[in-house]
Amino acid sequence: MDAIVIERISKSFGETKAVNDVSMSVKTGELFGLIGPDGAGKTTLFKILVTLLRPDAGQATVAGFDVVKDYRRLRTMIGYMPGRFSLYPDLSVEENLTFFATVFGTTISANYNLIRDIYVQLEPFKNRRAGALSGGMKQKLALCCALIHKPDVLFLDEPTTGVDAVSRKEFWEMLQRLKIHGLTMLVSTPYMDEANQCDRIALMQTGQILAIDTPTGVEQLFDKPLFAVKATETYQLIQDLRRAPFTETCYAFGEYLHLTTHAGVTPETVNRYLIMHQHQHSEVKPIQAGIEDSFMALMQHG
Amino acid sequence: MNRFLAFVKKEFFHILRDRRTLLILFGMPLVMVALFGFALTNEIKNAKIALLDFDHGLHSQQITNRLLSSGYFRLVENVRSYEGIEATFRRGEVRLVVVFPPNFSNDYVHGQQAQVQLLADASEQNTAISLTNYATNIIQGYANEQNPSGSQPVAQINVEPRMVFNPELKGAFVFVPGVMAMVLLLVSALMTSVTIAREKETGTMEVLMVSPLTQPQILFGKVLPYLLLSFLNGCLIIALGVFLLGIPLNGSLALLLVETLLFIFLALSIGILISTIADTQLVAMFASLLIMLMPTIFLSGFIFPIESMPAPLQIISNVIPAKYFISIVKGIMIKGVGLGNLWKETLVLIGMSGVFTAISLRNLKSRLS
Repeated sequence: MDAIVIERISKSFGETKAVNDVSMSVKTGELFGLIGPDGAGKTTLFKILVTLLRPDAGQATVAGFDVVKDYRRLRTMIGYMPGRFSLYPDLSVEENLTFFATVFGTTISANYNLIRDIYVQLEPFKNRRAGALSGGMKQKLALCCALIHKPDVLFLDEPTTGVDAVSRKEFWEMLQRLKIHGLTMLVSTPYMDEANQCDRIALMQTGQILAIDTPTGVEQLFDKPLFAVKATETYQLIQDLRRAPFTETCYAFGEYLHLTTHAGVTPETVNRYLIMHQHQHSEVKPIQAGIEDSFMALMQHG
Repeated sequence: MNRFLAFVKKEFFHILRDRRTLLILFGMPLVMVALFGFALTNEIKNAKIALLDFDHGLHSQQITNRLLSSGYFRLVENVRSYEGIEATFRRGEVRLVVVFPPNFSNDYVHGQQAQVQLLADASEQNTAISLTNYATNIIQGYANEQNPSGSQPVAQINVEPRMVFNPELKGAFVFVPGVMAMVLLLVSALMTSVTIAREKETGTMEVLMVSPLTQPQILFGKVLPYLLLSFLNGCLIIALGVFLLGIPLNGSLALLLVETLLFIFLALSIGILISTIADTQLVAMFASLLIMLMPTIFLSGFIFPIESMPAPLQIISNVIPAKYFISIVKGIMIKGVGLGNLWKETLVLIGMSGVFTAISLRNLKSRLS
C-alpha cells in the first residue's frame, strides 16, 4: 500500500495557485524528496498533507486516512517538522522532548530506540535551553521531537535550509538510517544536490509536478548533448555561447558552464567556435546530466 | 488529561522563565497600588484650619481646644462671617473651616440636637475626606464623653461635613477597584493573547495543531495558568488595599473573590477572542491595549466620573466590562452590600463572558485557514 496518495490536489491563495492539480504517491518505507525552488508550492502541499490546510479540490490520503475527513486520527500518526525552528527556546532540550512525548501520549523511553542515534549527540546538552543550541543541534532536536511518538509517516519541510554543509550531510545520513525502522519520509528541499539521497524525487515548479522518478531516472530524462565548458573570461564565454548557432541553453554551474546543444554537436565543434571567438585556456568536455540539468530542461519546456 | 497537564506545565515554564512576564505579573500591581495609594493618602499633620464661631460658648471653646490639641489641626485664622469662608479657601492655605452656629452651646445643653458644620476644600479630595473624618471623630468623641453610657442621653452633636469645590467626592476610593480591573485585564487579556500569538509567530502552533491536542485544549491550557496567577494578583491587590491603604472591606470577602474570578474569566475570554484574530504578538498587544486598556482607564469611571462625561461616551461606557467590576468592588468593599444589590452588574459580567467565549469558540479552527 502507498503511504501517501495525492489525487489532483489544488490550493489557491487569492489569485495565486500555490498547488495546481498535483497527483503523486509515495510508497511505504520510501524516502521521497520533493524538490523545487522557493515558491514552488512545496510548503502548501505539506500543509495539506499534515492536515493544516484544506485543499480546494482533489483528495489525499496519508497512511490510508483521508487528510480532510480523518484529520483527527491522522494527527496521532504523522510527524511534522516545519521549515522554521518550531520548538520552545525557553525550554531545555529534555523538556521540549518530554513535552512532545507527553502530548502524543508516550514517553521518551518508550520510543528511545528510534531516536537513540540522534539523541546521543544531544544528550550532553539536555539541560541547555533549546534557544541556545547551534543550528545543527536545533534541527536534530526538532527531528527527535517529530519522531518521539513513532509516526508512520514523517514530513520534513525544508529541514536543511539554513544549516551548514556538514550538518546537512549528517542530517541526510540520519534519515537514511531511519529507513531501517520502516518509516515513510517525505522531505522537501530547494537543494538539488540533496536529491541523490532520496529513493525517488518529484520536481516541483509553480505549483505543478514536472517529473517523478528515481534520481537516476530523472537524470536520464535529459536526452540532449551536454558539455561542461570553461575559459578565462567566463562572462564573455556565456555571452558568446548563448549566441552560438548550436546552443539550446547555457547556464553557469560553479566554475563550469553547462551547455546544452542540438543533437550531433561534438566537443570539436564547440572548441572551434571558442577559438574563433578568441577564448583562451578553453576546456570543453561532454558530461552526464545531473538532476539540476534535468530540472532546468524541464522548466524550459514546462 | 495527561497531555493537557503537560501543556499547562509548559505554560508555567514560559511564564516563570521570562523576567518581563514576571515583572508585569507581580511588579505592576505593586507599583500601581503604591503609586495610586500613596498619591491618595497623605498623612495629615498640622493641617491649617480656620474657625467661624458664632457661638462663643463653653462647648464651642472646648471642642476647638480638643481639635487643636489633637495634633492634626493648627488654627491659622478666625473668620468673621460666612462670606469670609470662600475668600479664606481661595487663598489656598486653609483646608478646613469649622463653623459653630449661634446658640450652639445652648442647643447642646438644652436641646436634643446641636449642629457643627465642617467645610473642607475638596479640590484635594483625599485630604478633605481625611480631615473631615478626623474632625468628626474628635467632635463625636467629645459628645460621647459628655454623655456617659447608661445615663440619659442629654443631647447629640450633629456634625455636618460639606465639601467645597467637589461636593460628591467622586473617585475617592475608586482607585483600588480601578487598579484591580486594570491589572486583571492586562494580565489576563493582554498576556494570554500575546502568548497565543507568540506560538503562532514562532510556528510552534502549527506543530501543536498537528498533534492530538485539540484547539480548546490548547487554549484552556494557555488560559489556566493565567487564571491562577490573575487570581493571586487580585488577592494581592485586595490585601494591599485593605492592609496598606486602609480601604474598608465592609462586605463579604467570599463574594468579592467570586466576582473577581468572574471578571478574570471575562478578561481571559477577551484575550482568547483577540488571539483568534491576531497572528502576531504586536497585533495582539496593540489590540489589547486599544480595545481594553484605554477604555478601561478613561471610560470605566476609574479616573473620570462617568456622570460628567458627554452623553455619547456615557453610552459607550456601558460596554466597558471594568465599569461593572469597579462598581461591584466598590459596592462590596466600601458600601458593604451583597449580591442582592449587585446582581445586575454580575449578570452583565456573566453575559459578556458568555458572548465573548461563544464568539471565540466559533472562531476556533482546527486548521490554519
